[in-house]
Amino acid sequence: MSSDTKKVLFGPVVDNNPIALQVLGVCSALAVTSSMANALVMTLAVIVVTAFSNLFISIIRNQIPSSVRIIVQMAIIASLVIVVDQVLKAFSYQLSKELSVYIGLIITNCIVMGRAEAFAMKEKPGVSFLDGIGNGLGYGAVLMVVAFFRELLGFGKVFGFEVLPLVQNGGWYQGNGLLVLPFSSFFIIGLIIWAVRQWKPEQVEKD
Amino acid sequence: MEHYLSIFVKTIFIENMALSFFLGMCTFLAVSKKVSTAIGLGVAVVVVLGLAVPANQIIYQAILAPGALDSLMGITDPKESIDLSFLSFITFIGVIAALVQILEMLLDKYFPALYQALGIFLPLITVNCAIFGAVSFMVAKNLTLGESVVYGVGSGIGWMLAIVLMAGLREKMKYSDVPNGLKGLGITFITAGLMAFGFLSFGGISL
Repeated sequence: MSSDTKKVLFGPVVDNNPIALQVLGVCSALAVTSSMANALVMTLAVIVVTAFSNLFISIIRNQIPSSVRIIVQMAIIASLVIVVDQVLKAFSYQLSKELSVYIGLIITNCIVMGRAEAFAMKEKPGVSFLDGIGNGLGYGAVLMVVAFFRELLGFGKVFGFEVLPLVQNGGWYQGNGLLVLPFSSFFIIGLIIWAVRQWKPEQVEKD
Repeated sequence: MEHYLSIFVKTIFIENMALSFFLGMCTFLAVSKKVSTAIGLGVAVVVVLGLAVPANQIIYQAILAPGALDSLMGITDPKESIDLSFLSFITFIGVIAALVQILEMLLDKYFPALYQALGIFLPLITVNCAIFGAVSFMVAKNLTLGESVVYGVGSGIGWMLAIVLMAGLREKMKYSDVPNGLKGLGITFITAGLMAFGFLSFGGISL
C-alpha cells in the first residue's frame, strides 16, 4: 500500500479524527454508545454510507451543477440510508428497534455530508471511496472506545459477556449508574480529546 | 388545551432535543461561542421546526403511512394495501431542504434585516439533526396535526434555550484557566455533559 493511500485511509482515525477534531457527527456518537454491539452496528452503517456516498458523488462530480449540489448529495445519501435501514430491519429487527431514529439520522450526520462536500466533489472515485472508509473508521474508533468504557463500567460487560460480575448477580462489582446514562459519553469524549491532544500537541486549539 | 400545554413543557424541559436526545450537537458545539449568534441560530431553528414538523406530518399521514393511499386508489383488499413508509427518509429530507430554501427566499424578499441576521445559519439548518430528529420522533409518536405544531415549536424553543445557555457559559469560560489539552472542544464537551446532567433533574416532573 502506498503512503498516500495509507494517509487517506488511516489519517482520519487519529490525526484528523472527524469527532475529536472536525466536530462532525457528534449527535449519534452520544446516543448509541450504551452497548458495544449497538456501537459496532452504527459504525458499520456509517462506514457503508460514507464510503458509497463518497464513491457515487465522486463519479458524477463533473455532472452536478454546483447550484443544486446539496440536493443531489442529499438524495444519494438518503437512498443509501434507506437501503441500510431496510437491511437492518430485515436481518436484525431487534437492533434496528434499539437504534430507532438514529439510523435515519445518518442522513443528517455531518460526517457524510462534510466528506461529500469537502473531498468527494474534488477527488477521483477510488480515493474518495477510501476517504469515506477512513472517516467511517475514525468515527467508529471513538464510538467503540466510548461504548467500551460505558458498557464495562456501567454494566460490567464487554460485547454482552460478563467481565466484572455484578453485585445483583452475586458478584463483587457495583455497576456505575452514571455511565449507564447517555450524557456520560460527553465526559468520556471530552477526556478522549484531552488524551489525544496531550499525545499530539499540534491539535491544541489556540484561543 | 391542557394536553397541548403538557406536550409543550415536556418538549422544552424533559425531552430537550439537545440535552436529552443529543440532536443538533454539531451546530450546538460549533456555533455556541457567542450569545448573539446563538440566539440568531436558535430563532432560525424554532421557525424551521415549527414549519417542518407539521408539514411532514401532513405528508406522512396523507401519502406515506401504511394504507393512506388505499381509499384514493380504491383498494379494499388489505393484502394489496399500499405502504410507502420506506420512502419517508428521502421525503422528509427533501421537504426540509425545500422549506429552508423557500424560507430563505421569502426572508430575502420581505424581511431583509432578518435575512441578514440569519443569513449564514439558514442553509446550515438543513443538515441540523434536530430538525430531522424531531420529524422522525413525530412519526414514531404518531402525533396529530395540532400536536405536531406544538411539538415542533416546543422542541425548537428547547434547543434554543440549550444553545443560548451554552453560549453564555462559554463566554464566561474565556476568563478561566483551562488545561491546554482541554481548551476549546474538550471543555465544551464536558460543560455540555454537566448541563445534560442538570437537565436530567427535569425528568422527575410528571405531567
